[in-house]
Amino acid sequence: MENNALASGLDGLNHGQQKLADLAVGLGAQASSLSGGETSFFITGLTIFVLACFVGYYVVWRVTPALHSPLMAVTNAVSSVIIVGALLAAGPVGEGPFKWYGLGAVVSASINIFGGFIVTQRMLLMYRKKGK
Amino acid sequence: MSSVIALAYLFSGVCFIMALRGLASPESARRGNLYGVIGMVVAIGTTLTLAEASSLWLIAVAIAVGGGIGAVVALKIKMTALPQLVAAFHSLVGLAAVLVASAAFVNPEAFGLIAGGAVHASSLVEMSLGAAIGAVTFTGSLVAFAKLQGLVTGKPLVFRFQHALNLLLALGAAALFVVFALEPSVPAFAGIVAVTMLLGFLLILPIGGADMPVVISMLNSYSGWAAAATGFTLQNPLLIITGALVGASGAILSYIMCKGMNRSIFNVILGGFGSDGGSAAAAAGGAARSVKMGSAEDAAFIMKNASSVIIVPGYGMAVAQAQHTLREMADQLKANGVKVRYAIHPVAGRMPGHMNVLLAEANVPYDEVMELEEINRDFAQADVAFVIGANDVTNPAAKTDPKSPIYGMPILDVEKAKTVLFVKRSMASGYAGVDNELFFQSNTMMLFGDAKQMCEDIVKAAKS
Repeated sequence: MENNALASGLDGLNHGQQKLADLAVGLGAQASSLSGGETSFFITGLTIFVLACFVGYYVVWRVTPALHSPLMAVTNAVSSVIIVGALLAAGPVGEGPFKWYGLGAVVSASINIFGGFIVTQRMLLMYRKKGK
Repeated sequence: MSSVIALAYLFSGVCFIMALRGLASPESARRGNLYGVIGMVVAIGTTLTLAEASSLWLIAVAIAVGGGIGAVVALKIKMTALPQLVAAFHSLVGLAAVLVASAAFVNPEAFGLIAGGAVHASSLVEMSLGAAIGAVTFTGSLVAFAKLQGLVTGKPLVFRFQHALNLLLALGAAALFVVFALEPSVPAFAGIVAVTMLLGFLLILPIGGADMPVVISMLNSYSGWAAAATGFTLQNPLLIITGALVGASGAILSYIMCKGMNRSIFNVILGGFGSDGGSAAAAAGGAARSVKMGSAEDAAFIMKNASSVIIVPGYGMAVAQAQHTLREMADQLKANGVKVRYAIHPVAGRMPGHMNVLLAEANVPYDEVMELEEINRDFAQADVAFVIGANDVTNPAAKTDPKSPIYGMPILDVEKAKTVLFVKRSMASGYAGVDNELFFQSNTMMLFGDAKQMCEDIVKAAKS
């Protein structure tokens, strides 16, 4: 009876050890994916992201308040660069919902690109100096 | 990704930065817009080289349809309807982000997201984040559009447990994130999209019309973050750069708008501003006080004999489409040797810079249009302050009455001008629901009527 209890206890301990080892392997794999290898894009992406935020911050503070409406319209057009993702989705051969998702995104991003740039240009053409 | 493609994307990113940089002054802005177009053409052209030839005609049709709609709408839209147009465009960026994330979920091979037979957990998190931000942007912008277009009331819609419900939805979305990252499934993904769409809808619902400059900037920012999150999913640096630029831009605009109202972003997002307390303030003001009323002839006489007039336009001018007749009035005054300038409050109108665009449309030279800090000291030397369609942004209570809901908000010091002319349809209080002390001041003359009609009458009277 006591032996039985001891055995099951050891068993449980072994099991726990196995779990810990699994976890360690998993963590190690994640650490390696952070430090290098194929999936390190996240860190590269984060670097680009943070630096671009700073560029955006300094550039946008220099925009004159009189042009805040065109700024909104043009950032709107520019953020439709998401069409790149839409084209990648619609590009491959084959049929399936992914293709229609992609094409739908191409349509809505195109509305924005054409609409955004045109309305920005319309606004900017209206700004005139005295005597012109 | 090949080096050539990566370099082309980098070129596009730089073009977009130049596009924003150009907006530092109206002279360089048009060239900036051209940079933006070039960047976009290069980005699309580069990506199309990756597509299968057999898919190209469908893509061309999709671009032609979308581009056609966008071009027609942008060419036809009236400048007074600009805020709702921008809101509608924001919703489309959100929709595109949701669709791209959905495509990445059902067909990860197309984006090279498969590693060792399965999609990486980090890709799944990025995917759901892109879809979630996109969904909030999509429905939130739709509500903003409906409010600006007048399809639903511009008044804040508040109900009990609203904030608790929003918190619950946000927590639900977070829980679904975890579920999806551990065990990707269609119901979990659909759940994330559905819950965040509902959240976007409910978040904007309680925010009132005059807070729209903040809302629209915030949604601008969201559309950028949605693009950036999509960039992380697709491992595409161009989307990340552009998304960050747009996100930062919208965030800065929201900050400027909030400062213009002396309110925190949380105060605006929580909503309900101006929906109550209006009656109390009006009662305290008392009904027995009299105001001085004037006619168009009086106004024309006063302004013709002034040496300097400062015009303060507000949302009422946009509603009445009075910008063209207002400029005619200003021209008439200038012909009489009066110095005319315009003073713009940061939150005048329904989007950042709204008044500037309308005045530019009416051919007002932009060097006559001043920002609050530039012109506020000049009111003391001005003979006339001509307030047309603005109210709360001129209310001296913001400086003197700590109990007022608008206390601390920077205002235009119109009360310092020798005479204040106030064009208004009625004595109704402004958005904040507070009485304007200025109406009762001895040097104020109220000009009751439609803003456009009043300007026409003043022009006629000034000519005779």
